[in-house]
Amino acid sequence: MSAETVNAVVDYIHPEPTDFFHKYVWSYDHKIVSKQYLWTSLMFLVLGGSLAMLLRWQIAYPNQPVPVWGHLLKGIFVFDSTGAISSDGYLQLATMHGLIMVFFVIIPLIVGAFGNFLIPLHIGARDVAFPFLNALSYWLYLPAGLFMLASFFMAKGAGEAGWTSYPPLSDVAGAVAPVWGMNFVLIALFLAGFSSILGGLNFLATIIRMRAPGMTWSRLPLTTWAQFITAIFQVLATPMLAAGGAMLFFDRVFHTSFFLPHGLVIGQEAAANTGGGFPLLFQHIFWFYAHPAVYILILPSMGFASDILAAFSRKPVFGYRAMIISMISIMGLGFIVWGHHMFVSGLNPIMGMAFMVSTVFIALPSGVKVFNWMGTLWGGAIRLEPPMLYAISFVSMFIVGGLSGIFMAASPVDIYIHDTYYIIAHFHYIVFGATLFAVFAAATYWFPKMFGRQMNAKLSYLHWGLSFLFFNLAFFPMHFLGEAGHMRRLMTSTGYEFLNPMAPWNEFITLSAFALGLSQILFAYNFIYSVFFGPKAEANPWEAATLEWTIPVPVPHYNFKVIPTVYRGPHEYSSPEAAPADWIAQNVPPIRGKAAH
Amino acid sequence: MSDASQHHAILSPAFHKDRRNLRALGMWLFLGSEVMFFTAFFGAYIVVRSAGAASVAMPLERMWGALNTVVLITSSLTMALAVQFSKKGDRAKTGRYLALTFLLACCFLVVKAIEYTHHFMEGNFPSHDIFMGFYFLLTGFHGLHVLGGMVAMGILWWRNRRGDFNEHYNDPIEMAGLYWHFVDLVWIFLFPALYLL
Repeated sequence: MSAETVNAVVDYIHPEPTDFFHKYVWSYDHKIVSKQYLWTSLMFLVLGGSLAMLLRWQIAYPNQPVPVWGHLLKGIFVFDSTGAISSDGYLQLATMHGLIMVFFVIIPLIVGAFGNFLIPLHIGARDVAFPFLNALSYWLYLPAGLFMLASFFMAKGAGEAGWTSYPPLSDVAGAVAPVWGMNFVLIALFLAGFSSILGGLNFLATIIRMRAPGMTWSRLPLTTWAQFITAIFQVLATPMLAAGGAMLFFDRVFHTSFFLPHGLVIGQEAAANTGGGFPLLFQHIFWFYAHPAVYILILPSMGFASDILAAFSRKPVFGYRAMIISMISIMGLGFIVWGHHMFVSGLNPIMGMAFMVSTVFIALPSGVKVFNWMGTLWGGAIRLEPPMLYAISFVSMFIVGGLSGIFMAASPVDIYIHDTYYIIAHFHYIVFGATLFAVFAAATYWFPKMFGRQMNAKLSYLHWGLSFLFFNLAFFPMHFLGEAGHMRRLMTSTGYEFLNPMAPWNEFITLSAFALGLSQILFAYNFIYSVFFGPKAEANPWEAATLEWTIPVPVPHYNFKVIPTVYRGPHEYSSPEAAPADWIAQNVPPIRGKAAH
Repeated sequence: MSDASQHHAILSPAFHKDRRNLRALGMWLFLGSEVMFFTAFFGAYIVVRSAGAASVAMPLERMWGALNTVVLITSSLTMALAVQFSKKGDRAKTGRYLALTFLLACCFLVVKAIEYTHHFMEGNFPSHDIFMGFYFLLTGFHGLHVLGGMVAMGILWWRNRRGDFNEHYNDPIEMAGLYWHFVDLVWIFLFPALYLL
């Protein structure tokens, strides 16, 4: 292709914008969309984290006025007239913390921000397949987030039926949950779901059809493989959430009874709804989405960790194919295990058995991945840079969260620990311990490519150490609370005699959580300062082999001046072919006289 | 000649084919997602009906439903013809069949509006019973899809008139065609599920 033809193609698909609006607001550039997602979801991370701090205050110091905030916001939002957390406020905090963290922080962060940035660079493409849809998906996500925030300002406050929004609690407008607070939450979820579907189909089409010549499926970086599997979940599972949410919305606004049984009594009065539906139906629809969503929350992080561990062990990832096969099996199993969330919901025990067995099977591919990560480290020339430390922490905490998951997969055990702090410990080990640490790893690793500058390594080390310490101090004791029968979503544990011995643990957890929250200021400072004032980064500071490191920083508008040809796998480290260097980029042709890998 | 078509002159047929395949893939993935969306409703409906909870006298007029089935299938035919003529570069006929598809979709919604009015006049609101709930849920979301298709048809008719499409480039019409056949197909399932069973 002649140079003019190349430029014509590039211009046609992706003209470089000149005005501010098209460059930074309604941008078709995947790198800008990625940063829009990044900053928005980091803001939500601060908000969601603050909600958790308020929750923890109430649990450790029941009904005592919250310092500073309680004084300032006496009687409004989640505070009562003394400045303590009100009982409705507590439920709102628990609900909104969960919803914001899952739908407005983790998914947009690992898929919207990092997926968007990395997929085209990893496969050697100039942009995603449908730049318009990409921009649209961000501009659906943002209003969704605003609806979410607005729900706090509705009469009687935000949604308070838990992040799972089980009917009938969530289903009868005004009876239990606030009317418009909850409706706004449903609208927000519908929009966020639509955004997620558009993002997912965009990534699928991009990865299937836009790979550079030679970028075969067995040469894709594992980050992109993980995003591919995640995108399948997004496209096929998210519509279920939209549908379930729409039915809840119908029940609330048009007074249908999809999830309401006959003869429902609310507050000693018969409900006005005619009934005929099933509350359990919602749980099936919800978990058909929300269990795959659990894998949407973890799979991309597995991808980041795989690529980062390989780069800093200076070894190819151990069992590259096994990594892919295990992700595909996790996807297949992920679609058929939703019932393990419903062991105590009145599920037929025979169904429970089937769900239990299929769930336990997920331990197999997860185990394969863990052993492969360790195999990658084994015998490597390990460089303990900050991304590597975060990635190793990801693996270790994924093991803890994965093992506690097996306990809950077994229905006889789950019946005892269901809805206790054990489950809180489990999924925070996965979503914070594993996923957020993988996000820190990805952020420190790809920061030079995203912003053209370096983060401060010393601050990263300090942030890693404090976060790792306080995370474990905050969440590991929750296992003990759960085993002692401490219920989740409990506003005051002081009313139960058997929980009184737990009070010191609750206080300890809260103090650790505060320390954990404060440690994040280090990261925020380091991140924001480095974006503007960090030292200029080289194109490939980590000596990594994947395609994104072959292009200059800051990344030019078209990413690749000439679409690269790929000759080898993503982790060609310590290859004899590359000697005397210990790495060889994916677009380097086979070197004459040396064995091709 | 618009900016876009100037680029088309430079771009090779292989490039067009590649973009077309990419767009088709995107549309099929979107339709896969849509299938899951309606599956949730159908699944819930099947569960509730098979539990006997909705064994109520159904106030639907089969005549109207059958009429709408004919209208929508015909519109699928006219849409397919629009796609065919746009492939041949026949702008006049493409426009004519797009307009016809738009009118048939309009016709479908008018019939639906007449039905809804009857239900409301008889006091059959969504809250009346579980069956009416499902009826309004399913036909409501299907109706929104018809409306979305009409918006697409209108834009395409206008773009076709402006001369955006030729025998090499008619992707948007083809993608709208895929979408429209899907909307039709949903009704093919809705009609027996709601009116006949």
